[in-house]
Amino acid sequence: MKTTYVRGLAVAAALSLCSAASAQESIKIGYVDPLSGGGASIGEIGLKTFQFIAELQNAKGGVLGKKIEFVPYDNKLNPQESIVQVQKAIDAGIRIITQGNGSGAAAAITEFVAKYNERNPGKEVIYLNYAAVDPVLTNDKCNYWHFRWDANSEIKMEAITSYMKANASIKKVYLINQDYSFGQSVRADAKKMVSAKRPDVQIVGDELHPLMKITDFAPYIAKIKASGADSVITGNWGQDFALLLKAAADAGLQANWYTFYAGGAGGPTAIKQTGLNHRVFQISEGFANIPHAPAQEFEKALRAKYNVGLFYPRAVNQFGMLFAAMEQTKSADPKKIAAALEGMKFNVFSGGEGFMRKDDHQFFQPMYISSFGERGSGEPLDEEGTGWGWKLVGKIDTGSTMVSTTCKMQRPN
Amino acid sequence: MLELLIVSTLNGVLFGMLLFLMASGLTLIFSMMGVLNFAHASFYMLGAFFGFQISRWVGFWPALVVGPVLVGAIGAVVERFGLRNVHRHGHVPELLFTFGLAFVIEEVVQMIWGKSPVDFRVPEVLDFPAFTIFATNYPAYKLFMLLISIGIFVALFAVLTKTRIGLIVQASLTHPNMVAHLGHNVPLVFMLVFGLGSALAAIAGVIAGPALVTQSNMAALLGPILFVVVVVGGLGSLSGAFVASLLIGLLQTFAVSVNVSLADVFAVFGFTPGPDSMLDDLWRVTVAQIAPILPYLLLVLVLILKPSGLMGTRET
Repeated sequence: MKTTYVRGLAVAAALSLCSAASAQESIKIGYVDPLSGGGASIGEIGLKTFQFIAELQNAKGGVLGKKIEFVPYDNKLNPQESIVQVQKAIDAGIRIITQGNGSGAAAAITEFVAKYNERNPGKEVIYLNYAAVDPVLTNDKCNYWHFRWDANSEIKMEAITSYMKANASIKKVYLINQDYSFGQSVRADAKKMVSAKRPDVQIVGDELHPLMKITDFAPYIAKIKASGADSVITGNWGQDFALLLKAAADAGLQANWYTFYAGGAGGPTAIKQTGLNHRVFQISEGFANIPHAPAQEFEKALRAKYNVGLFYPRAVNQFGMLFAAMEQTKSADPKKIAAALEGMKFNVFSGGEGFMRKDDHQFFQPMYISSFGERGSGEPLDEEGTGWGWKLVGKIDTGSTMVSTTCKMQRPN
Repeated sequence: MLELLIVSTLNGVLFGMLLFLMASGLTLIFSMMGVLNFAHASFYMLGAFFGFQISRWVGFWPALVVGPVLVGAIGAVVERFGLRNVHRHGHVPELLFTFGLAFVIEEVVQMIWGKSPVDFRVPEVLDFPAFTIFATNYPAYKLFMLLISIGIFVALFAVLTKTRIGLIVQASLTHPNMVAHLGHNVPLVFMLVFGLGSALAAIAGVIAGPALVTQSNMAALLGPILFVVVVVGGLGSLSGAFVASLLIGLLQTFAVSVNVSLADVFAVFGFTPGPDSMLDDLWRVTVAQIAPILPYLLLVLVLILKPSGLMGTRET
């Protein structure tokens, strides 16, 4: 009897010691993204960026007196694997999950988190999405525990097509996208918006190719070339963008490229190879040469430390707001964080104000169109040692990026 | 249209020849061991990574020779000290051995070079457009790949059919006991064939590395296609592998450029399914979209209609 009592006491003491230790240690954030295979190059850059954000914050004393720590989980860009990894993170006591690459994986995670939170009241998990831009995540499949900081693909396409509208030399447009939810929504939006804004423009091709499986895009480039397209719209990212441009460079394809993610790993190098000077455009919430001093300083510091450029200005906003929500509620409890994030306004990384819309948990912020090529005096930074850099060609204010949503948010009681 | 036809043919033949470099080794090894070597694509990957590393140190051209020689040596060692021992226990252990070996090689590559792609570039002397057809450039490096593959194909055929060594190898593949009784060292022949097959895959790796992507999942991306080539061509048949490689290379490349869907085909006969019909998505999938699965469809068809493959002599 006595021994069991002593044992019980020892266990209880050990347990309380454990929890006390971990409470002092850190606030852990699970990073669930591809760290192997075709998406690895992008996933690793994200991890480095986030670790840099954590280091900056920890140097300032962390959040609530605790250190911020990112724990990587490799989801292999696979929805099924993503759920396994999220479960692993939860088992390790992590209650803040962030993921961005792949809307397929994102849809699986948001659904999983919603179900998990329903079944485990008091142990809620929050999901911060920094890059999965399929509109459905903040529309039909919206969920209280999901927050998105990247402009969804509808917003981006709206901005790109508005920019294209003014360019009278565009006559024939070719669409090439990855064959999964995101690529399909880019394609549908592009078709709809191009024909609405420029009925005279002909869509001469509409291609979907397997996600991260193609190693040689030469056959696709041959097809684009044969179509006589003068402009290509693509949502491709990661290796699928770099290899597409590499093949275009090899074949000497001369066209304007309207892209979502030309700035990703390998993209700038491939663009330089094509020799398309300021003919590749990107829509984003920020870029290296943005005329905003704090952003450029951050960029330089990140490059000095990790030798990668900032591909995710939105992640700085995301974690800035997360930390603000924690300080505001004096808690790392996802339930309180989520409540604080709803409707929160924030001075964004690239300058100006953005806000987290309460209706669908989509963040709205000023967006920029930039082109890649030779640098002028206003562009101090190049990319991937190519000597070329991003130049501002257009800005869309927060108010003009607003799109409607079909989301009917279900809030927990 | 003509432009697309010619460019696609060039692209298809190139991809086909690259497949052949690997399939030739695989099919030779199959004739010898009687089982498929699951690790074959891994030797291709090793070739690419060795090529990358050696070209970092001493340049691309030495890498083109040293890389395959090293991988060939590794292949020979694997045969001598691994497969030969496992062989005694029958085919299934052999199959499992190569299956496991593929995982080991992948893990080792990931440990050394990491999981993300390495920066393996085309050598500068070959980094220019070789010629231009209909305003489309054809890169010199691709031409080089094509020439190397054709050169190796011709050399391999000549050695196997015209030389004494080739005769002994061919005889050992089909009648090992008889050849051994005639005083030849059959185990040595097997070891050399395995080493040579691995080296051929490695050559494919070194030359494909800069053009495609050198990363730790490249074996997994190409492996399945390789089995399709070998099975479609007929297990153990070198000329079958050649025909099947070209066939699949061209099939994949041309399928990408065809935009016809089932709906279009039926529209010709005046039948259009309504937009709300249950199979709407299926109707509208174009040939281009299903290009990646066409080789597997071909595999299934060949297995149903002619299980021995196009030019094979034995049942798969």
